[in-house]
Amino acid sequence: MSLSVRIDHAWPGFSLSVDVTAPPGVTALFGASGAGKTTLIRAVAGLLRPDRGRIAVDGRMLFDSDRGVNLPPHRRRVGYVFQDARLFPHLSVRQNLLYGRWFAGAGGGPTLAQIADLLGIAPLLERRPAALSGGEAQRVALGRALLARPGILLLDEPLAALDQPRKAEILPYLRALRDATDLPILHVSHDPQEIRTLATTVLRLEAGRVIAQGPPDAVLPLPQNAGVTLRATPRDGPGPGQWVDTAAGVLHVATRATGPLRLRIAADQVMVATAPPAGLLGATILPARMVGQADGLLRLAVGTTHLLARAPLDPALCPPADSAVHAVLLRDPTVLDAIGCTTDSPSQND
Amino acid sequence: MPADWLSPADWQAVRLSLKVAFWAVLCSLPLGILTAHALARWRFPGRGLLNMLVHLPLILPPVVTGYLLLLTFGRQGAVGAWLEQVGIVLAFRWTGAALAAAIMAFPLMVRAMRLSIEAVDPRLEQAAATLGARPAWVFLTVTLPLILPGILAGAVLDFAKAIGEFGATITFLSNIPGQTQTLPSAIYTRLQVPGAEAQAGRLVLVAIALSVGALILSEWLSRAAARRVAP
Repeated sequence: MSLSVRIDHAWPGFSLSVDVTAPPGVTALFGASGAGKTTLIRAVAGLLRPDRGRIAVDGRMLFDSDRGVNLPPHRRRVGYVFQDARLFPHLSVRQNLLYGRWFAGAGGGPTLAQIADLLGIAPLLERRPAALSGGEAQRVALGRALLARPGILLLDEPLAALDQPRKAEILPYLRALRDATDLPILHVSHDPQEIRTLATTVLRLEAGRVIAQGPPDAVLPLPQNAGVTLRATPRDGPGPGQWVDTAAGVLHVATRATGPLRLRIAADQVMVATAPPAGLLGATILPARMVGQADGLLRLAVGTTHLLARAPLDPALCPPADSAVHAVLLRDPTVLDAIGCTTDSPSQND
Repeated sequence: MPADWLSPADWQAVRLSLKVAFWAVLCSLPLGILTAHALARWRFPGRGLLNMLVHLPLILPPVVTGYLLLLTFGRQGAVGAWLEQVGIVLAFRWTGAALAAAIMAFPLMVRAMRLSIEAVDPRLEQAAATLGARPAWVFLTVTLPLILPGILAGAVLDFAKAIGEFGATITFLSNIPGQTQTLPSAIYTRLQVPGAEAQAGRLVLVAIALSVGALILSEWLSRAAARRVAP
């Protein structure tokens, strides 16, 4: 099953123009507020009518402006989980869950018991929505959408209104759901951590356009300020600037110094070479060993410490753990300050 | 309380008023819900005009409404003559009193219902649509249950107003005991007769009791409606 969307929609001051397909699995829509993420999924659900284009799920045409097709929301079989759970206050949890199933009629699909089990909401069935916590309400909303036997699942920042512990409570259920179904799932989020946990594909939106599409590590921005901080002591050397000793080896910084320094080596200043590089002028090359990979970053053992580097876009190009590589510092490290520092272990502030 | 606290004629007026009000509420209820829903949720040309028409009986002198009803639904009236051919006579009958009461009370009912419909979060209705409910089902399974207390409150208010309707009824249908002499008309008649003040006073007490009771019930139902809609 898959989703294909090609739409153009314009308001005064903003336009959305996308042409994307989402395979089975979780496709994350990532971008800042106002990038068009919610507009896109509202169009898929039929809650908003685009100016032009076509939207199809699994070959079933939901919207086609050329042929005058525009299915109303209740005929699209789209499971929509809203940011605010939108449970019906006058119905019990059980009645909420079965609401869509009643309209979907007889047929296959998961049973109430299976869904209640998958989402851990079996003990809540006889409660009223007003008596649920935010995390519980969101799980019930998810179950309600699934039981309506949808052809696609749309998650509109379902975790955004929850605090960190509630998010951590729901994420495992979402992962279990992803692995238990072959539905295409569109997941709107602006939280890279959440996307890395769930998504197989990321569509990065900016000002109504798709600016990148691919696996999370290739598309998501690096965690802000990813890098390591090192302690350095000055040493003698030729030329302008200052040579310093660090746990990673001998490095060069732009400013003269007489006492200990703290240096910052950002991940996007470090490249990894699998063969000895030659002819690189102005770069510092340090022998290194692969340690591991996470969140779009490679961790390298250099000297007696670790450095972080940006991972290659194609995960197949990633060197195996423990293999010998070369860390190429594209620029001199940044001098943070000249006072004593408390640690020379790698840190990653994101 | 002795059984002859009210005279048979007084009892007749009270019973007639209750009957007229009951049928007025029952028949105008569906139209009231539809109108309130349309005014609260739909955007259509002529919405302002409809809103004005609904509220007109609240503003117009009741005598004018009664006279217009007489012109329209009287035996020579455009609609009245046609209705008489299919066997429905409104002029000088209790059915006419029910029509007059329904029209005079309609604005109150629509206002109460409209407020409760506007309090329902339209995003709940959207959620129901994405779950496969066509608009009529959304209304029946989400909107209607949520506004039920509001509808009942509107109906009770409508009932109280219908019992008290006087001006339009007496203009449209005169004051015929057993047919069109409702509670207020009966009070009015007793007050014209010397020595019947005590009789009128007892009817006044009945009228006050019914109105206050209805108001309290309506208020209680409105609060229940608010509680229900709040998540």
